[in-house]
Amino acid sequence: MDARRESEPPPNENRTTVERKSERELVVTRTFNAPARIVFEAWTKPELLKRWWVPKSMGLSLLCCEMDVRVGGRYRFEFAHEAAPGPVAFFGRYLEVIPHSRLVWTNDETDGGSVTTVTFEENAGKTLLVVHELYPSKEALDANGGMESAMPETFAQLDELLVTLGRGGS
Amino acid sequence: MVQYLRTGLDASFAALSDATRRGVLEQLGRADASLTDLAEKFHMTLTGMKKHVGVLEQAGLVTTQKVGRVRTCKLGLRRLTEEAAWLERYRQLWNARFDELDKVIEELKRKEKVDGRKKRE
Repeated sequence: MDARRESEPPPNENRTTVERKSERELVVTRTFNAPARIVFEAWTKPELLKRWWVPKSMGLSLLCCEMDVRVGGRYRFEFAHEAAPGPVAFFGRYLEVIPHSRLVWTNDETDGGSVTTVTFEENAGKTLLVVHELYPSKEALDANGGMESAMPETFAQLDELLVTLGRGGS
Repeated sequence: MVQYLRTGLDASFAALSDATRRGVLEQLGRADASLTDLAEKFHMTLTGMKKHVGVLEQAGLVTTQKVGRVRTCKLGLRRLTEEAAWLERYRQLWNARFDELDKVIEELKRKEKVDGRKKRE
């Protein structure tokens, strides 16, 4: 570790990939330049997760973020947008919590909610992160999954965006 | 607008869910082909291939044109592009998220290093 790298972290050139694995599955991968325990921490502490989960470009603000990260524990996120009449909530339950290795949770705000599995695989100080979303049907994925990416300027219907925003995660 | 797009995507994904139809798209990616060529290549009856091509056509993935007695099939690029764009938007969202996550992680790493030093002191 030389001084330069300590004061100025190198830009992360790891690429985010997205693949529609099947009619009901979406898989997102990305490598992070840190051990799994650190990446896991950023996914499981609300005060950390709220700093990155909603990209600034979405124009949304996170009102509340509660996470009880243990098997059977619940989470709840609430978002606000100036054009929305009230806060929109996303919530679900953790099905599996294996420290530094695996998180599984449900997305219960809609009937067609997905089950999200995140795995953290450490190799030589780096972590390969895989986000796997399994929908109950192809229709549910088409309706919810990809639409999360809809930016307001692309799809004016904000409610659509909000409904799908918590997909994948929370 | 969203509904319109969704309907199109539904048709696309349905069309792509079949191995023969994916094979046909690959084939047409290399060169245009007649229905008869495709039927032969995939060991199918002309009627069977017509059905598959019909599904692909409906989804906008393939266009066909009849000249004389030969129906020629070619890729319809518009829908594929739309589908790629759909996934690309999804990727961009996650990428934006992960760029922010990188910052959090770098901070945690620095903090851990400082804490580690303190412990050793």
